[in-house]
Amino acid sequence: MRIAIASGKGGTGKTTVAVNLYYFIEKYLGKDVMLVDCDVEEPNDALFFKDAELTLRKQSYRKVPFIDTEKCTFCKKCSDWCEFNAIVISPGIKFAEIYSDLCHSCGACTAACKYNAIAEYDELQGSITTFETGIGKGLLEGRLKIGSAMQTGLIKDLKKEIKNANLHVIYDAPPGTSCPVVETISDADYVILVTEPTPFGLHDLKITVDLLEDMKIPFGLIINKSGLGNNGVYNFSKSRNIELLGEIPFSKDYASSYASGDILKEIPLSVERTYFEIISKLKSIIR
Amino acid sequence: MKTIITSTGNQLDSAFDLRFGRAAWYCIYNHGSKKTEFIKNDYSEANSGAGTKAAELMADIGATQIISGDFGPKAKSLLERMNIQMVIPNETNISIKELIEKLG
Repeated sequence: MRIAIASGKGGTGKTTVAVNLYYFIEKYLGKDVMLVDCDVEEPNDALFFKDAELTLRKQSYRKVPFIDTEKCTFCKKCSDWCEFNAIVISPGIKFAEIYSDLCHSCGACTAACKYNAIAEYDELQGSITTFETGIGKGLLEGRLKIGSAMQTGLIKDLKKEIKNANLHVIYDAPPGTSCPVVETISDADYVILVTEPTPFGLHDLKITVDLLEDMKIPFGLIINKSGLGNNGVYNFSKSRNIELLGEIPFSKDYASSYASGDILKEIPLSVERTYFEIISKLKSIIR
Repeated sequence: MKTIITSTGNQLDSAFDLRFGRAAWYCIYNHGSKKTEFIKNDYSEANSGAGTKAAELMADIGATQIISGDFGPKAKSLLERMNIQMVIPNETNISIKELIEKLG
């Protein structure tokens, strides 16, 4: 089973939930669990496993096209096919170029060109790292190269490293509802939304719920930092019949243990109880 | 010689558009014939690449000079390499007609 931890708003507690769930799934359901940090713009799951051992680091590349102006007839077919307006062709001045930072590596231009004037080269987009954490089957982390804007290709590559189909996999998703989130949750059996009971949390939760209903992926909700804010999130989840998986009370002490990377060191009993309940509910939801 | 002016509308009394790639219209002013023509920018609402497409259009029109309020980084580097001059006027709260008059 593949569970993605997502949220519209950033800073609601995705990583806290993902790291804890990984830990408690191992504790209650066994060793076949892996944590995958899909927040490739700023992966931080590894910070919570200070003794983790890096076992493998791979580079990830994407295909970027370029135009050979000797062969190009400046017909503009590639430019017409390009959904992202990454190609500039001007026949009058024999100008033909592809802007790699607009290119999504879809391959349409290469397919469009009848004159064999477009070739593709490999461009480094980031790295994929495997850590042995002492918990389950370890941690997989994608890390985007600084300056690269295309997250989805790296997330796809990252998932190819999950070799065992029978694992419980926890995806720690990027924040928001844009392409990298869609890519992360696309093959999830279940999504856990993490929100905070504030107007900002509610606003972004609504957008994420719409996305999940569009994608027809079952989901449940964890309300983190409960006790803060107002009732908006509770009223909304009730009105939309959203399964409430658990609540994590706001605690300044817990926030500071997160900040020092120690959330797995001394786990408060109340936190353990919350995850025990969440896992019991997950077992009955997912067959 | 053709000067392109970014415009919010398709009339001579339309206001100058401060954006290059996402301008609503482009006014083509032909210095020889003193004639103007307006073309709509199909990419003003594009998700990405509005600036690159606008630069491509400028080259296709055969522009020698563009007057706009601002040029994005991709458009700017393209226009430089295409040898098309970019002009940012001091006064930007102005109509297309007034700008053309200033060109002389």
